[in-house]
This record gives sequence, C-alpha cells and structure tokens, in this order.
Amino acid sequence: MPEVVLPSLGEGIEKATLTYWYFKQGDKISQKDDLAEFTTDKATFNLPSPFSGILSKVFFNEGDTVKVGEKIAIIE
Amino acid sequence: MDFRILDLGLIDYKSAWELQKETLRQVKDGRLNAALLVCSHYPVITLGRPACSAGKQAERKNILISESELNLRGIKIYEVERGGDVTYHGPGQLTAYPVFNLEFLRKDIHWFLRQLEGIITGCLSQFGIDMHIRQGLTGVWAGKFKIASIGIAVKNWITFHGLSINLRKDDLANFNFIRPCGMEVRMAALENFCDKEINICRVKEDLISEFRNFYLLNYRPFKEAEVMYA
Repeated sequence: MPEVVLPSLGEGIEKATLTYWYFKQGDKISQKDDLAEFTTDKATFNLPSPFSGILSKVFFNEGDTVKVGEKIAIIE
Repeated sequence: MDFRILDLGLIDYKSAWELQKETLRQVKDGRLNAALLVCSHYPVITLGRPACSAGKQAERKNILISESELNLRGIKIYEVERGGDVTYHGPGQLTAYPVFNLEFLRKDIHWFLRQLEGIITGCLSQFGIDMHIRQGLTGVWAGKFKIASIGIAVKNWITFHGLSINLRKDDLANFNFIRPCGMEVRMAALENFCDKEINICRVKEDLISEFRNFYLLNYRPFKEAEVMYA
C-alpha cells in the first residue's frame, strides 16, 4: 500500500509540526502536488505527493507533531 | 553555474514577493540555478506560520494595533508562507531572499538556517559589534537585542523568503506595533551600536559577497541521491 512518510528534513531534525493539509481524505491527488505543509524552527517545508491516486487515509491532524519517518498518509 | 543577483532597491513587499515566486518557478524548472533578491521595503507587516496556517485566516494576536490604524500609517499586512510568526519590514532594513535549491547544497533545513545566521554575522563583522546567535531562537542578536530576523519557506527543496537586518534606528519604532516572532523581543538596529552613519549600499554589497562566497563554497554540481521517500 503506497504510504507517505515524513522524510528527513536534515541532520538532527527529529520532528516537525504538520501545519496544513492541502487535500482532505478522499480527494484525488496527482504526483508532485503539494500534499502537506510542515513547520520546523523558522522554516516551512512543503511535502509533495510521491504518488498519484486517492488520499485514502491521513494519520495526523493539523497542529500535530510528526516524527521523521512516521507514516502520515496512504494514497491508493 | 548561474547565480543571479537581483538588486530591487526600495520596493513594495508584494512586488518582491511575486518576483520571489517567479524566481522559484525558474529555479524549479532548471531555467536558473540560483538567485538572490536583495532589497528594502516600504513599511509592511508580514505574518508567517505559525501565525497563520496555509489557506486559513491568520491569527493576529501578535499585531498590537488594528488594521485600520496600520492603514492610516501606510502599513499593509500580508500573510505569507514563510516560517516564523509576525515581523515588520521597512526602509531602514536590508532584506535578502535567497532562492537556492538545497539539492545542490545540502538537504538540511536547520543547516541552512544556521548558514543564514553565519552570513549575517559575516556581513556585519566589520562593524566590530558583539553579535551572537541563541540556540532555539533563530536570528542574530547584539547584547539583549535582536538585530536580524530569519524566516524561510522550502518548496521542492528550493528556499525562498529569507532574512532581514535592522540597519537604521529611525525605522525601529514600527516594531512597537507587533510582538516580533510572537515573543517579547527587543529589537535594535546596527546603527544603535555604531557611531558612524550606516551606508545601506555598502552593507548590501557585503551581504551579496557573503552569499556568493557561501554558495560557491557549498555548491555541488550533482543533486544528492533521492532519499525523500526512502
């Protein structure tokens, strides 16, 4: 099942805050569309979708802290 | 290697913001390797994250007077996509927006923030003031005061937004309308620590030089192996 994880944002960065979902569960999404925005320190980071498909499941809400490597969504 | 410098002079925030986004597209498409926009702004307040989340009404608790009062003073408010809370920009500042693809430098967001702090201290070192950085409080400080602020956005590993350095003290009063970065921060300008008048053009040249040296030193012609979705 195509899972999306929070990728490494750099050395020593263990977590980031999910500040925005660009899509909601059930939406159709194309590869490279902005999927989610994370914030760490004084930087925002836009995570593009690695796959095309339906955003069938999200595991975090806006405002949640996510650890690097954690599964944030499933696109199928 | 194409490293484009755009000296925009004194420019309204929105025009510079649009130009940043156009430059970002050019770097993303590979039409441009890297760019540095340098400028000063007419008085403006910008709200980044977490003051506002993308697509949502910004929380304006750290702006201390009403929007209509700001309008009377000719100060606009923009909600933008950079990290950091609220800040002020004005003509007494020097602002720089590096549009760099971190895949050609280092895919490390905090590393890049630390490099920006180093670029600022390098640029200002000639003035002989005692500057330092504080762990967990991104920016550059002189004594108890903050003299430079940083807030960036990273899209497709390409940076935009950037840094601003307070140069002239007559521009500091407008910081009283906000709680900078959402904290009780006391702002100062380089001029507060120097006897002589600050020549913004001279500091700008030095800042460009610091950025150019940083880029040349760290540039790698090949992208880091794709590890985003490993």
